Amino acid sequence: MAEIRVNPTRMELKKLQTRYTTARRGHKLLKDKRDELMRQFLEVVREDKELRERVESRLSEVYGSFSIAAAVSSPEMLREALIMPKTEGTLNVSYKNMMSVTVPEFDFKASAVSDGGVNYGMAFTSGELDTAIVELGGIMQELVRMAELEKTAQLLAEEIEKTRRRVNALEYIMMPQYQSGIKTIKMKLEENERGNLTRLMKVKDMMVKKTIEAKKNVSDTDAEEDI
Amino acid sequence: MYKIGIIGDRDSVLGFMALGFSVFDVNDADSARSALRGAVKDGNFAVVFVTERIAALIEDEIEKYKDMPMPAVISIPDKDGSTGYGMSNIRNAALRAIGADILFSEK
Repeated sequence: MAEIRVNPTRMELKKLQTRYTTARRGHKLLKDKRDELMRQFLEVVREDKELRERVESRLSEVYGSFSIAAAVSSPEMLREALIMPKTEGTLNVSYKNMMSVTVPEFDFKASAVSDGGVNYGMAFTSGELDTAIVELGGIMQELVRMAELEKTAQLLAEEIEKTRRRVNALEYIMMPQYQSGIKTIKMKLEENERGNLTRLMKVKDMMVKKTIEAKKNVSDTDAEEDI
Repeated sequence: MYKIGIIGDRDSVLGFMALGFSVFDVNDADSARSALRGAVKDGNFAVVFVTERIAALIEDEIEKYKDMPMPAVISIPDKDGSTGYGMSNIRNAALRAIGADILFSEK
């Protein structure tokens, strides 16, 4: 891991310590965010999975009756029959804030253009077509709900990925770097402190020696004078 | 007031016409790509359904809209049944988020 180079000064130490506490707080917050996002994501995905299974099986039923209808009438006829929509669906989109991720909410309302039944002549089309279209109308709500859930899941997945990266970067890169920086500075400062102390002791020793020497000299001359 | 689009092969998507969907019937990757691009550019489409077989062909194009709130590009099975592509999309999202396949592992 790349070490950060720091000047071993008290100011630098103070700076690093603040950055470390900030990083630790950010890390905790992001971790909480990630956990909550994950919980919501799992809820969405579980529901989506169930819904998709249901929609897929019902859709294949629709396709079944639809292909029978296509088999018994000519393609032009089929197209002609279907070109006028039976229902005019209105889709409203609103946005919801989910853990600061903007997710869409689809609100689908089907309103019949013609009152009841189907919008084409009965004479040239088969009964299977009617069934297919009625069935298809029935799963519209679920289809739209599925689209909403799946989009939400995609957006949440992106956000979770981002948050996870941030959490990891803080936990494994930033915070250890700060810690080692702080440790280096502290050790350097202590080392300086010790160096200073020994120097002082040494100087004191020298001074004491000098005074002793001086005293000795004085007492020596005194003794000589006495003689 | 938004529109719903559907892109896929003719036989699969024709039925949706009766429900007021905007239908793009396409047969190859290029026309599907331009249909999807057109729909996105239009700006009025909130949801674009793409049949699984077509979606598998233009995966890179769909990938671009994955992180945008709109439109939702969702794959659905076509007339020949499900290929499991749509389900694998959910699995991939879970994989991306969690980093492990925990939801679908029971299968």
